[in-house]
Amino acid sequence: MAGQGWAPGPVLGIETSCDETAAAVLAPDGAVLAEAVLSQEREHARFGGVVPEIAARAHLAHLPGMVARVLDRAGVAPRGLAGIAATSGPGLIGGLIVGSGFGKGLALAHGIPFVAVNHLEAHALSATLPWLAEGPAEPPYLLLLVSGGHSQCVAVAGLGRYRLLGTTLDDAVGEAFDKAAKLLGLPWPGGPALERLAEGGDPAAVPLPRPMAGREGCDFSFSGLKTAVAQAVAKGFAAADIAASFQAAAAAALADRAGRAAAMVPEATALVVAGGVAANRRVRAALEQVAAAAGLRFLAPPPRLCTDNAVMVAWAGIRRLSAGLSDPLDHAPRPRWPLAELGAP
Amino acid sequence: MESRTLHLPDLAATEALAARVAALARPGDAILLSGPLGAGKSAFARAFLRAAANDPALEVPSPTFTLVQSYDLPRGPAHHFDLWRLSGPADLAELGWEEARAGIVLVEWPERLAALAPPDALRVALSPAAEETAREAVLSGWPDRIGRL
Repeated sequence: MAGQGWAPGPVLGIETSCDETAAAVLAPDGAVLAEAVLSQEREHARFGGVVPEIAARAHLAHLPGMVARVLDRAGVAPRGLAGIAATSGPGLIGGLIVGSGFGKGLALAHGIPFVAVNHLEAHALSATLPWLAEGPAEPPYLLLLVSGGHSQCVAVAGLGRYRLLGTTLDDAVGEAFDKAAKLLGLPWPGGPALERLAEGGDPAAVPLPRPMAGREGCDFSFSGLKTAVAQAVAKGFAAADIAASFQAAAAAALADRAGRAAAMVPEATALVVAGGVAANRRVRAALEQVAAAAGLRFLAPPPRLCTDNAVMVAWAGIRRLSAGLSDPLDHAPRPRWPLAELGAP
Repeated sequence: MESRTLHLPDLAATEALAARVAALARPGDAILLSGPLGAGKSAFARAFLRAAANDPALEVPSPTFTLVQSYDLPRGPAHHFDLWRLSGPADLAELGWEEARAGIVLVEWPERLAALAPPDALRVALSPAAEETAREAVLSGWPDRIGRL
């Protein structure tokens, strides 16, 4: 829905789509006035994963106090907000209902515009934050989103203008990291533990497949790699060697796909990598090489912006509000919400 | 309960078994897929759904993150559950388990179902065999149909 001209002011962002409860207040130029992230990792550790019912209850327990604290620290009263942006999909439905419902309630109570933010768009636009050390990305650019729930390669032409170049045919790459870590007996969350274990291993010790390498297009597949890790464990390879070899194979697979994407979108000016897996140094290094070879700027927003956070949600809200876009208060959260279904201004 | 053990020499054999199961499946059926990580549960589910949809290119993403993926098949809805991240059967209600049972449900990590496991389900237990690509499948349930698998 296109609104009237937006009177710029501070915007509250709320993120509850998976296992982080997060809130942030941003000035209209993107400056972070206050932010908070509470990871539910500890509560989930017992179960080795994100358990949706627990996630929804924990979001509900933490969000109201967290929003009050970030508003207080930002020195902004609720009625002083110029917008409220809440992640409304894709994600786990319980958390989405809690976060977007809370945001809509606040918007209704104070007569503030509401933006239902697509979590994937928030990741895509985080690279355009003006204060990033490497400078903001300028569309058109390529986005490689690699997390526990998503593996996507997207051409970003501008706000609301996204073309999906490829997605995973089976497991998401972060899921593959978590499952490989589980096979190696590592604690949740698996990615960082696997990276630490890999430091002492030989990345060439265990022969593993390079999923999709050389195949046309930009789709991913990580299921076979997971199976190969299970077999390597059964064969008795050293855990550190398996971890290092898995990481090398996953990084090589991502690099191959990113290279394809660069060839598919020759007008792209940068390769942006976001999502929790972007925090992996080996993955980062492999993608940096691809970008250099393709003559693209390599932009990896800092890790706190790569994992789930509310700064990117507030920023996506600011970008949409600035373009005259907001959403009605009866907007329903969507567990599945492909980027391609978003509207452009 | 009658059970049958099949040796599946490669992925194609797993997929062929899944297609045979799909040909006999009807609304209200539950197919419970057990086995360790990497045993081929998702590969089985993918082949089942593609065969039932009559679409060899059907996208079947992992339900690990979303917990359930739903499909509209020619013979009604099918729901692919991955209960790996669930703590127990109490969380199933949140996922719409009761409603899903009207259609076909494919369930990975069915151990989490506990007492909610449908007694008339087809159980497919997959495990790695000696050769890398081979699997062993132990089938049980479906007393009226198991002979045709």
